Amino acid sequence: MFQFVLNGQALRVERAAAGTTLLDFLRERGLTGAKEGCAEGECGACAVAMRAGEGPVSQYRAVNSCLMLLPMAADRELYTVEALAVGGQLAAAQQAMAAAGGSQCGYCTPGFVMSLFAEHYRPGRRGPCDPLALAGNLCRCTGYRPIADAARSLGPVPRDAFSARLLHAAPKVRELSIEGFSRPRSIDACVALLARHPHATLIAGGTDLCVESNLRHRRWPHLVSLEAIDQLREFADTPEFVRIGAALPLADLGARWHDAPEVIGEWLTLFGSPLIRNRATLGGNLVTASPVGDAAPLLLALDASVEIAGASNPGDPSRTTRRMLPLSSLFTGYRRTALLPGELVVAVRVPRPLPRLVRFYKVAKRRLDDISTVAAAMAMDAPGGRVQRARFAFGGVAATPVRLREAESVLDGQPWNMSTVERVQAILERTLTPLSDHRGSKEYRVEVSKSLVEKFWWESRP
Amino acid sequence: MTTPGPDIPGSGSRAGSAVPHESARGHVTGEALFTDDLLGRFPGLVHAWPVLAAHAHARLTRLDTTAALAQPYVVAVLTGSDVPGEGDAGPARHDEPLFPIEVMFHRQPVAWVLAESLEAARLGAARVVVEYEPLPAILTIEQAIEQRSYLAGPIGLTRGDVGVLGASSLRFDGQLSIGGQEHFYLETQSAVAWMDETGGVSLHSSTQHPSQTQEIVARVLGVARHQVTVECLRMGGAFGGKETQANTWAAIAALGAWKTRRPVRVRLTRQLDMALTGKRHPYLARYEAGFSLDGRLDALRLSLWSDGGWSLDLSEPIMWRSLFHCDNAYHLRAVDAVGHVCLTHKTSQTAFRGFGGPQAMLVIEEILSQGARRLGLRPEDVRERNFYREGDTTHYGQPVGDADRLGTIWTTLKQTSAFERRRADIDAFNARSLHVKRGLAMTPAKFGIAFTATFYNQGGALVLVYRDGSVQLNHGGTEMGQGLFTKIRQVAAGSLGVAADRIRMMPTRTDKVPNTSATAASASTDLNGAAVIDACRQISARLTTVAAGLLGCDASAVRIADDTASDGRRSLPFSEVCEAAYRQRVPLFAHGFYRTPDIHFDPAVGRGRPFHYFTYGAAVSEVEVDGFTGAYHLRQTDILQDVGDSISPVIDRGQIEGGFIQGVGWLTLEELLWDTQGRVATDTASTYKLPSWSEVPDVFEVNFLQRATQPGVVFGSKAIGEPPLMLAISVREAIRDAVTAFADAGGGHAPVVTFDSPATPERVFSAVRRVRLERPAFR
Repeated sequence: MFQFVLNGQALRVERAAAGTTLLDFLRERGLTGAKEGCAEGECGACAVAMRAGEGPVSQYRAVNSCLMLLPMAADRELYTVEALAVGGQLAAAQQAMAAAGGSQCGYCTPGFVMSLFAEHYRPGRRGPCDPLALAGNLCRCTGYRPIADAARSLGPVPRDAFSARLLHAAPKVRELSIEGFSRPRSIDACVALLARHPHATLIAGGTDLCVESNLRHRRWPHLVSLEAIDQLREFADTPEFVRIGAALPLADLGARWHDAPEVIGEWLTLFGSPLIRNRATLGGNLVTASPVGDAAPLLLALDASVEIAGASNPGDPSRTTRRMLPLSSLFTGYRRTALLPGELVVAVRVPRPLPRLVRFYKVAKRRLDDISTVAAAMAMDAPGGRVQRARFAFGGVAATPVRLREAESVLDGQPWNMSTVERVQAILERTLTPLSDHRGSKEYRVEVSKSLVEKFWWESRP
Repeated sequence: MTTPGPDIPGSGSRAGSAVPHESARGHVTGEALFTDDLLGRFPGLVHAWPVLAAHAHARLTRLDTTAALAQPYVVAVLTGSDVPGEGDAGPARHDEPLFPIEVMFHRQPVAWVLAESLEAARLGAARVVVEYEPLPAILTIEQAIEQRSYLAGPIGLTRGDVGVLGASSLRFDGQLSIGGQEHFYLETQSAVAWMDETGGVSLHSSTQHPSQTQEIVARVLGVARHQVTVECLRMGGAFGGKETQANTWAAIAALGAWKTRRPVRVRLTRQLDMALTGKRHPYLARYEAGFSLDGRLDALRLSLWSDGGWSLDLSEPIMWRSLFHCDNAYHLRAVDAVGHVCLTHKTSQTAFRGFGGPQAMLVIEEILSQGARRLGLRPEDVRERNFYREGDTTHYGQPVGDADRLGTIWTTLKQTSAFERRRADIDAFNARSLHVKRGLAMTPAKFGIAFTATFYNQGGALVLVYRDGSVQLNHGGTEMGQGLFTKIRQVAAGSLGVAADRIRMMPTRTDKVPNTSATAASASTDLNGAAVIDACRQISARLTTVAAGLLGCDASAVRIADDTASDGRRSLPFSEVCEAAYRQRVPLFAHGFYRTPDIHFDPAVGRGRPFHYFTYGAAVSEVEVDGFTGAYHLRQTDILQDVGDSISPVIDRGQIEGGFIQGVGWLTLEELLWDTQGRVATDTASTYKLPSWSEVPDVFEVNFLQRATQPGVVFGSKAIGEPPLMLAISVREAIRDAVTAFADAGGGHAPVVTFDSPATPERVFSAVRRVRLERPAFR
C-alpha cells in the first residue's frame, strides 16, 4: 500500500500490477487528459506536473507519466490537466494555448499545457515563458509556431493557490516496501537490500528502464528505487572536484552547478528533453552503458570518475565500502559495466581544474531531443598553441563510449594545427569500429568523427 | 463536442473571422475525448493484442492457440474460423485477409488474443504457436521492377512528342529515390466495438471514413450495413493514415464483440502502429529531360514506381495523382509519364497528405533545379520561365484556371521576402565563410482539388433546429485537427444567421449522414460545407416565410441575421421564429447535399477535367549547412498561399504552417527504414524523428494571397489541407543551394548537386564531400 496526492486529493493505492505506469493508472481513473502517444518519453502527450525540488520551496516539474511505474508516484504530489481550470476558469496556460491556435487535433495539447503550466509557474522566471521548456512535447499538426506564441504571451508567475503551494517544500519521498518494489532511505540500506535480493534491479529516474517495460514488455521481479536516498542527490563543488550525486535529476544539475563552463549548458540542452531531464539522472545514463548515451562522452573528456558503493563482505551487508573507478573503466562491453553484483554508482566526480578548451558535439538527425548518431567531446589545454591534457571521447563509434587514448598521446605537446588534426584523424580512421544502423552508416560515423576533430580545431584554433 | 466557453475570444464569430478551433477549450482542459478515452464507459471491456508474423513472406503451416487459451484472463483467440462473413478488409480489391494463410509482411497479424487486460492479452499472444514456411520476399522497388512484381500499372499520361528530346540543347537523365513517411498521428489507431441494444454492432472508431469502416465491418460480419453504426468523435491526427487503414482495427474489434458479446477495444501501441500500418509511398523516379538554352523544359520522359507494399489499398489513385502533378506549376509541352505500383512484402502504403502529389512535384523540381545548374541559370528564373500562363491546359487537358495567380504570387513573394537582397547577402556570407554555407531557394506549388475518382465528390449534411432555436449540425466529414468543424460551424452560422455558439457540432455518425466520402483530398469543407449550406438555406427559407407571417410583411423583406429575424422595422428573436414554425407544423430540419459540378476524367485516354480548381502557393526558404557534419538549420521561410477568401484565418494559417513543417520532416529528417528481414527498422518515436522545435524556422512569415475569391466554392474559399506540404520542397532546394556553395568557385559553372530524399545530415555531408572533391561541371 502507498499514497500520493493527485490533484489535491490524497489517494491510497492498494496494489500495482507489474508494468502499470502512472499514465495507465490515471487513465483507468477516468483522468484521460494525459494521453499515450509513444510510451517512451519522446512525445510528452502524457505529461503531468509534479511538485519537486530540493530545499524549503518547490517548483512544478512536468514529467512523462508513461515513464513512471505507479509505485514511483508514492508520496509525490501530482497534477493532471484536469486540475488546472478552477471553477470553469481556464488557467492562463490553457487560455493562451487555446487563443493562439495552439491546438489542432488536440491530442498532444494536454501534455503541452502541463509543460507550459510548469514553465509559467517556474520560480524566479524573468521575462516571458521559454518555448524551449516545451521541447519534450511533440506536435504533428501545428508546426509549433502558435504554441511558441502562446508561451511568449504569458506574463509573470501568477499569484494564486498554485503558486502559494510552491512556498512549501516538495513532499518528502519516504521509504517504501511493497511486493516487487523497494525504496530504501540510505545508501547503506540500499546496499543491504541488494545483498539480500541478488536479482533486484536498480531504478533511478526510470527514463530508460520504463521504455524497456513499455516497449519490450520486460518485467523485473524486484525493483529497488533510488529516489528516497537524499545522499544520491547531493551536489558539491570543491577546489579539487565537482561531485554530482548519481540520482540527481539533470534539471537540478543545471541549476546547482552555478559556475559551470558554457559547454555544460550546451550539453544539457542536447541531453534528452526537459521532460526527460526532470527525471533522468547521470548515474542512470552512465550505468545503462549505452554506446550512444549523452553523458559519457563529455564526462570522459572531463576525466570523470565514478564513486561506487557496495558491500564489503557478503556475510555482513550492513557495512558498505566505497571505491573510485575512472569512468573510462566503467564500460566493459555493449551495455555492460564493471559494477559488481550488489554495487551502485553513488556519485560522479569531475576533477578540477577543468580544461581550458572543451566542446561537446552531438550529430543526430534532429538537433533537439534525438539520440546521437555520433557524439564527441574534446577537451584540452593549449597554452602557446601546444596541446596539453588532450582528452577525446566519442559515442556511437564502438560498442561502448570510448576515450581515444592513442590520439591523446599523439597530441601531447604538439602544435595545435591542421597537420596534427590529420594525424588524429588517421588514428580515428584506424581505431573506430562503428556499426551501420538506422541512425547512420558506419562510413558516415567514421567520417563525421574525423570531421568533428577538424571542427574542434577550427573553432579553437590559436 | 465541447462548446467553447466565453473566455475564448471570438467563439461566436462567422465565416471570415479569426476564431480558434471549435474544440480548443476541450483540447486544453483534456475534456475533448478521443476513442480510447471512452473505455471507462464500457463495463466488461475486453482488450486485444495481435499475434505477429515472424517473416516478411511465408506460408502459415501451423497455428495453435491452446496454450494461449489456457493463459489466465484470456477470453478468446480470434482466428479465421471466427469470421461469419468475409474475412477481408481490402477497400478496393479484396486483397487484405484479416487472418492470412500467406503472410505478406513482417509482423502482419495472424491472430488476435482477447483478454481481460492488455497485459494478459499480450502474454496470451506470446503463447500462440505459429509455424511458417518462409518464402522469398521482395523488399525494394528495384527488386520489384526486376521481378515485374506490380499491384497496378502501367498507367500513364502523355502529351506532345517527347521525341523532340533528341533535338534539345540540353539533355540529361537521372534518377531520384524518395523515402516514405510515417504519419505519426499522435493518436494511434483505435476502435471500440460493442453489441448494441438491438442486436446491431456499434463502434467508436478513429477513422477518416466512417462509411467505409461501416462497410468493412458489415462485410466481415456478413451483415447488412444498416446493422453497423460507426461514430468518430474526433481524431488525434490522421493525415490520410486513417482513410482506409482504420478499417482493419475496427473490424477486429467488431469481430471480437460479435464473438464474445462483450465490448472489445483495439488500440495499436505506437510500435504496433508503425510496424503494421501503411505510410507515404517511397518512390523511385527515372527521367530524361530536354531543355532549351533559355531554360525552357521542352520535353520530359518520366517513369515513376511507387512502393505499394503488400496490398493495393489506395495506391492506384495515388499514382494517378502523381501523374496529374508531375507538372507541378509548369507547362509541359511534351511529356510521357508512366507509373507502376510495386508489390513488396511491406506494410501497405496508403494516403498521406498530398496523396502522390508530393513525390511527383519533388521530381519535377529536381529536374528544373538540375536543368538550371547545367545551363548556368538561376533555378528561380528557370522555374518562372516554365510557369503555366493564362489559357494553358495541363498535360491531361484541363484548363489551368487562374494561372496568372502563379505569377502574382511569385512576384509578390519575391518582394516581400526580399529575395534578391538576401541572395546577395548570402553570396557575400558564403564567400567569407569556409565551413558553414547558406542557401536560398524559392519553389511554387499548384495542387488540384477534388477526388480524382469523380463519384467521391459528394457531401451530405443533416441540420436539426430545435424549438428553442438551438441547432445540432451533422455532416459527413470527420474532424482530425484540420479545423473542418470550426469552418463548418462558421459556414452554418453565416447561412442560418445565428451565432456560432447556438450550433452544436455533432460527432460524425453513419446513422446521421449515410454513404459519405472519406474526409480527404483537402475537399471536405468544399463538399460538406456546401451540403450544410444547402440544408441551412432550406431551413432558412422556411423560417423566413414564418417570420414574414409573424411580422406581417413580404418574405422578401425578411432578413435573418445575428439571431434575429427582421423586416427592417420590427424584429423577432430567432428562437421565437423557431417555436412559431413548430406550431405551424413547418419542419425545422433538413438534409443537404452537394455534388461537385463539371468534373470528369477518362483514364483510358488520359484526358478530362479531374479537378474542380487549382490552388497556388510559393515559399522561399533559407538554410545554413554545417560542412563538418552535414547538419543544417532552417533560418527563414516566407510563404504566400492562395486560400481564396479564408473562412477561418487561424485554421488556414495553422494548416499552412503545420503542413509545411510536416513536409520539411518528410524531406529532411524523417527517414523511414526497413531492415534486411523486412521489418520496419524505425518503428518507435526514438528511432523515427518528427520535426520538433529545432526544425521550426527562426523567421516564419505566412500570408494569404489577397483578392482571391474562388467562385463556386463555399464562401469563395479554397482548400488548404494538403497544398502547403509541397512548399517544403523549398527547404530541400535551399539545402542544395547551400551545398553547391561548398564547391570551389574557381571558374566555370557550379557543380550539379544531387542527393536522394530525405536530405538527412548524412546525405548532406556526403553531398558536401562530393562537391568539394569534384571539378566544376560544364554543360
